[in-house]
Amino acid sequence: MVVPVSSAAWRVHVIGWLLLLPAAVLLVAFTHYPVAATIYTSLFSNPKAGRAGVWVGLDNYQAMAEDPVFWQAVGNNLWFAVWTIPVSVALALLMAVWVNGRIAGRGLLRLAFFTPTVLPMIAVANIWLFFYTPGYGLLEQITGLFGLPSHNWLGSRETALACLVVVTVWKEAGFFMIFYLAALQSLSPSLGEAASLMGASRWYFFRRVTFPLLMPTTLFVLVNAVINSFRLVDHIVVMTKGGPDNTTALLLYYIYDVGFKFWDQAYAAALTLVLLVILAAVALGQFLLLDRRVHYQ
Amino acid sequence: MTRPGRVLETAGAWLLGVLCILPLGYAFWTAFHPSEFSTRFVPTAPLTLENFVKAWAAAPFARYFVNTIALVTMILAVQLVLCTLAAYAFARFAFAGRSVAFLLVLVQLMIMPDVLIVENYRTMSRLGLLDTLAAIGLPYMASAFGIFLLRQTFKQVPRELDEAARVEGAGPLTILWRVYVPLAKPVYVAFALVSVSYHWNNFLWPLIVTNSVTTRPLTVGLQVFASVDQGVDWSIITAATMMTSAPLLVAFLLFQRQFVQSFMRAGIR
Repeated sequence: MVVPVSSAAWRVHVIGWLLLLPAAVLLVAFTHYPVAATIYTSLFSNPKAGRAGVWVGLDNYQAMAEDPVFWQAVGNNLWFAVWTIPVSVALALLMAVWVNGRIAGRGLLRLAFFTPTVLPMIAVANIWLFFYTPGYGLLEQITGLFGLPSHNWLGSRETALACLVVVTVWKEAGFFMIFYLAALQSLSPSLGEAASLMGASRWYFFRRVTFPLLMPTTLFVLVNAVINSFRLVDHIVVMTKGGPDNTTALLLYYIYDVGFKFWDQAYAAALTLVLLVILAAVALGQFLLLDRRVHYQ
Repeated sequence: MTRPGRVLETAGAWLLGVLCILPLGYAFWTAFHPSEFSTRFVPTAPLTLENFVKAWAAAPFARYFVNTIALVTMILAVQLVLCTLAAYAFARFAFAGRSVAFLLVLVQLMIMPDVLIVENYRTMSRLGLLDTLAAIGLPYMASAFGIFLLRQTFKQVPRELDEAARVEGAGPLTILWRVYVPLAKPVYVAFALVSVSYHWNNFLWPLIVTNSVTTRPLTVGLQVFASVDQGVDWSIITAATMMTSAPLLVAFLLFQRQFVQSFMRAGIR
């Protein structure tokens, strides 16, 4: 059956798509196409010296399963995520509660907490690199004051990744604080007044009223923190280059290494697919967890 | 709240504040003092601008500044146009496939160009765009975040304003320009600040697609400069570091309120 469509209705479709078209072209070219191409590329061998890659099926994935560095990078990334996410989110909440309340020097504190966010990661990584320098950096000088032995913080397997966690938390906490601050400011102050009239302690009020009301913000911040833990590797390029012995190689950094230092783009594509699956899982989790009406209407 | 508790809390907040500022303060000290004082904190140490002079002379920072400014301006300009048009379509035109198209846009919020480096590099190589500013900017120009933010704003514009303009015979683009864009001004400011600071600071993708002085942005230039270990001393590297961050930092200090509010606005969605 042919549905008669008035010309006015046609206009809506045509104008709508025309308005969307420029953005859609770029989105398809640089987001959707590369996702599909990642899968395709990963099924071929790496093109060499002008010869195109040949179909190898799942060989790249087979190699990946047997690649100890890949598993190490996944392990590192999980460890990195497990530490950076809760610590930076908790600190962010604490900072927000402090600068939202009546604390001495509130304006200055807010400024101090937020400053790491505006600095380029690449710049702060250089500063932290100096900070951690053995024998010379500020950290060594402080530990030296207490008579502790010298330690190569970024150069030893035990501490290198932890050092990067510290830098990441330092950089991100102030950014997440902003979202909590926005949410706190939208809460009605009469809630707090009512609670204090009834003699509730601040901690009780926070635990039973504020924190539950902040839940949507917490989820939003958590999703961002998870994505960041798989997306941000600038500091690794500056501070450790994945070393020592790949103990600081995160997944994206390993992709960068394989794809642009060893130029094995087929294998890098297979690795990228793992990262994409992880991000898709996060997206799905968010979709199922968050109230869809809040998010998509 | 007991008094000692309050004092303890204030002290804790200040300690955290100091820790947040410490690396920056440390960099400031090192950059403005001769290298023999780079880790010796003597109040009488002489101040100097020598480190900045040396850093400026040691690498083409002037060129890097030009590149970065051109890059962030280009990205922002294209983003503003593309996102405005797309957001208007999503907010006010019930075209076929709108919800599917919107979901496809949202994909970019999760899978950002930052992680698609391998395939986007191959695309740029095929397009012959390697080592150009366009290659750095293209993957980011259709910003899902911008589309989302503006769509939310446009949806809140009362339909009556829209219809009043239409009665006067205005076409969709005229209505967009006369009614919607002016009402969304604070959102544009917010988006612009977030976008500029993001792209000023962006590093990995520009590092991959550029390999010459004429296209490298500041972040990549700084890294190239700092990673040549042939006796470049820390004072000069920190001076270069301060230089690259200074414009954003100064802008932030001057327009603190706008910055913080913009990031807040950008987060509420």
